[in-house]
Amino acid sequence: MNMSGMTTAITPTPKVAAMNETKVSARDVQVYYGDKHAIRDVNIEIRSRTVTAFIGPSGCGKSTFLRCINRMNDTIASCRVEGNISIDSENIYDPKVDPVQLRAKVGMVFQKPNPFPKSIFENVAYGPRIHGLAAKKSDLDDIVASALQKAGLWNEVKDRLDSPGTGLSGGQQQRLCIARAVAVSPEVILMDEPCSALDPIATAKVEELIHELRENFTIVIVTHSMQQAARVSQRTAMFHLGNLVEENDTDKMFTNPDDQRTQDYIMGRFG
Amino acid sequence: MSSTHIVSVYDEELKYLSRKISEMGGTAEEMVGDSVRALINTDVPLAQKVISEDVILDTAERQINEKAIVTIAKRQPMAADLREIMGAIRIAADLERVGDLGKNTAKRVIAVQGSSIPRNLARGLEHLAELALMQLKEVLDVYASRNIEKAKEIRERDDEIDAIYTSLFRELLTYMMEDPRNITPCTHLLFCAKNIERIGDHATNIAETIFYMATGSQPEGERPKDDHTTSVGAVEE
Repeated sequence: MNMSGMTTAITPTPKVAAMNETKVSARDVQVYYGDKHAIRDVNIEIRSRTVTAFIGPSGCGKSTFLRCINRMNDTIASCRVEGNISIDSENIYDPKVDPVQLRAKVGMVFQKPNPFPKSIFENVAYGPRIHGLAAKKSDLDDIVASALQKAGLWNEVKDRLDSPGTGLSGGQQQRLCIARAVAVSPEVILMDEPCSALDPIATAKVEELIHELRENFTIVIVTHSMQQAARVSQRTAMFHLGNLVEENDTDKMFTNPDDQRTQDYIMGRFG
Repeated sequence: MSSTHIVSVYDEELKYLSRKISEMGGTAEEMVGDSVRALINTDVPLAQKVISEDVILDTAERQINEKAIVTIAKRQPMAADLREIMGAIRIAADLERVGDLGKNTAKRVIAVQGSSIPRNLARGLEHLAELALMQLKEVLDVYASRNIEKAKEIRERDDEIDAIYTSLFRELLTYMMEDPRNITPCTHLLFCAKNIERIGDHATNIAETIFYMATGSQPEGERPKDDHTTSVGAVEE
């Protein structure tokens, strides 16, 4: 296929809410793994078209909470979620909600790049195809090209879309996964330590991409790197022992946080 | 700060900065005290000692800046640590200036030797210097103790120094008007008084920096000012 002459993207624009409006709202969220109370009383408003970073020590519940936002925890048998999480005021745990549709709306990028063992093209085309977003082959070509452009990967792969996705470098694979998430026009993108397996240059590219994606998407990123949280986000939430201890503007969070636990954690001190 | 860093070398780097600041403070205090004593007693050897000591502060400031830059690059400090390092850079700059002012006063000792300083004028200068030195000494204590209330007190006390400086200014003008031969020494003394008054301002700056380091916010309200010399005319009334 030859799509190098393509200029316009026809991917439907995701529903764009005004910046800083609440996109995701969590009320009294509790998460249990069997008897273990992993998340306690989490209340948070995640703003639209804003990057929100979740930070906190290992095991603090930040990834668990992130996975509640697209109901990924449904796949864990012992996991039970209580409370209310809504996106655009719609309860995502309502029995009427189809988790597959929800996950099209709330995309996810994982710690390790996990492309399908298929071609670069197929990796990106898979989602739009199963969600019926393309009526004909040329529409699908356009969606794939547009997603790869948004993920900043287009120029690197446009001449080898048929090569296997697994043949790309780690950083390229991660951007391929971001393209795959973007291809189904989600409204929210969840990223669980997306750069922890990448070198500094690939990390910088992903961070630049996050900055660009923020124009159109609501992004929530879990990161162990405080510097990364400080660099990419506008809001930061600090988790500790299953509690959300502080949520604040990122600039405030890293210069003068309100909570002592946040202070100790970001400064690398013993509590 | 009660807790320590997981990486202990980081603590040592921060301690290096605070130790250097304390050393600079001690040197600056001594230089200012000596310069005023040299001025009152027209003690030229003491003045020369002060002049030669200025290089100690210049070196220390450079060392603090270098350590601070390396620490920022290596540790990417956050929150209170970042404020601690930025504070050290600013305080070092203030103390280096205090040293310069002491050195400038000492240089003028050599210029005014031979002309006798009237007693009450000398007393006025001494009093001004006592207040400025007290401000400096207390602000260095606050640097060690991080007592925020005390930092605010120091900041609010600067107007006393300004008031004495204004009265010295008037007094010196009077001497100059009495006898034109007084103009040269009195102009030097005027600069000395100004130097000492500026030391008070640097102490106030340091108090504000410490307040910011400890709280993450700037002290509220304008600092009090009682320096009216800008409105004193050559011909009074």
